[in-house]
Amino acid sequence: MRQWTGFLTIYWRDMLRFFRFKTLLFSSLVQPALWLAFFGIAMSANFARLSSGMAPLPGIREVRYLTFMAAGVIALTTLFTSLFAGIVILFDKNWGLMREVMASPLPREHVIVGIGLSGMTKSFIQVSIITVFGILIGVEFFSGYTAVRILASLLGMFLFVGIFSLGFVFLSSAIAASLESPEGLQGIMTLLSLPLFFVSNALYPAAAFPPALNALSAANPLTHLINGVRYFTIGPDFQVIGVHYAVTVQDMVLSLGVLVAFAAAMFGIALWRFGKAVVT
Amino acid sequence: MESPPIIEVSSLFHSYGETEAVRGVSFSVREGEIFSLLGPNGAGKSTVINVLITLLPLQKGTVTIAGYDLARDPAHVRRSIGIVFQEVTLDRDMTCREILEFHGRLYQMPGAERKARIEELLALVELEGKADTLTRHLSGGMKRRLEIARGLMTRPRILFLDEPTIGLDPQTRRRMWDYIRAVNGEGTTIFLTTHYMDEADSLSDRISIMDHGTIVTTGTGWELKNRLGEDVIYLETSDNTRARDVLLGVPDVGDLGEKSHGLLATVRKDGTFLLPVLIERLNSEGIRVNAVNLKKPSLDDVFVHYTGRELRDEGRGQETQHAGTAGGRSK
Repeated sequence: MRQWTGFLTIYWRDMLRFFRFKTLLFSSLVQPALWLAFFGIAMSANFARLSSGMAPLPGIREVRYLTFMAAGVIALTTLFTSLFAGIVILFDKNWGLMREVMASPLPREHVIVGIGLSGMTKSFIQVSIITVFGILIGVEFFSGYTAVRILASLLGMFLFVGIFSLGFVFLSSAIAASLESPEGLQGIMTLLSLPLFFVSNALYPAAAFPPALNALSAANPLTHLINGVRYFTIGPDFQVIGVHYAVTVQDMVLSLGVLVAFAAAMFGIALWRFGKAVVT
Repeated sequence: MESPPIIEVSSLFHSYGETEAVRGVSFSVREGEIFSLLGPNGAGKSTVINVLITLLPLQKGTVTIAGYDLARDPAHVRRSIGIVFQEVTLDRDMTCREILEFHGRLYQMPGAERKARIEELLALVELEGKADTLTRHLSGGMKRRLEIARGLMTRPRILFLDEPTIGLDPQTRRRMWDYIRAVNGEGTTIFLTTHYMDEADSLSDRISIMDHGTIVTTGTGWELKNRLGEDVIYLETSDNTRARDVLLGVPDVGDLGEKSHGLLATVRKDGTFLLPVLIERLNSEGIRVNAVNLKKPSLDDVFVHYTGRELRDEGRGQETQHAGTAGGRSK
């Protein structure tokens, strides 16, 4: 009785449903692009005006705010998509659909892994769309890169996005497995995502944060994802609206380590919560 | 003619916190039979079935299903059973074929076998024309049929049917019975719970009635009705007055009432055997019997006899409350 591919069944069904809800699919793909287009361009224009009097730091590559924030939008989209992805477990539980799975020989960890991978796939699709769309509206990603370096950068970015996504799908799976009804879900998600969002360097530099917030930001997985995405799409050394960004390979290894540790911990919590869930 | 047991339950207990929902239940189901578990709401039926299908943990007692110990080998138990849950558990956004495909994959059926089995089952439940229709567009009866097909997907030795015809119209219910009989005819043991006494009576080889967490009686429908001893015999004779005295002299005759043209006797024994005796006795006294009628108690009567008349929907909702976390079940 080999069961090690069982998670593919869960993955298959979840992707089937993702592509079936055409309106949901459409909105989930267009929404981040709209964000980038309107918020990004508007903010970019503002920052350009505010920082027009400042002299750029000499000898360091300067990028537009739109480019800076595009990496943030990639990270935020991944966060929201992943937080939403595990919720399917709650609905399956409430609609009775989970019973079929729970009464089957499929080991429970496969449900978690299957949902995690489908959440990751959804994130990949969205990130790809934002990247292409961003470049079309003037985001300076991969500028001056050779084809090989672009490919390597994409792989790096997807590695960061994938691990981060898994971590948050596992987290939302754990929440979904613990809840008995969808009431309050919205509140929990907002409570979780807003601090993560604001205590990160997604939309503005974290350098000017007070020390306490700065420490929180350093512990925030979102910050590490954004650092990774910027490292691979913009480069290790650049300035934006007068702030200098420089990261080393060691920094990246640390960020990746934080994300891996986070994902592993969330997997453990999801397994534990899911193991406790009684579905009848 | 008795087959070996395929399900054996002994001294099964189950509690939700302080509430004991199942208090020492023992029964066995023979291979190839249709076995019904009946009981009012809150009797503990759903708890028993949920333990047997591995959705609830086995707290106390031993359960053997298809030769596998439930406590030690739940994976094998799961592979031996098919389940049709109480309410519809079909994903509204999947087609009939995808529903079966998903189920086959869950049980790791090889691709070719899966494909062949899907076609076979869609034909069995007459849903070939709906293979690529989303289940949200199916009628109630079609959904139930699809669920039966799903339950049979992995060729289980036992099929659990929890209230399979709830909410269906009489025609559809009878069609469902035909499917259930056909499936049983192929050798699949059926474990059924239902609120419809006519359904249990018509389908089951044996019936157990549960109340307050224990099994109060078990037997064939016929046995249960006979055991009640409430057969009613109606007789029209050439001389009802003398016949009355004769019948009162028979020890197995209980109540005796008079109708305008005859007598109505409630008898304490199986009326089918007692009736010829009564006719013979009357004949030997020179009384001719002109007309007879024998009415056996219905399974409804049996059910009410064993479980009482009080309403169960209010007050005793413990089982429903505790086990009902997955949304509206056991109504």
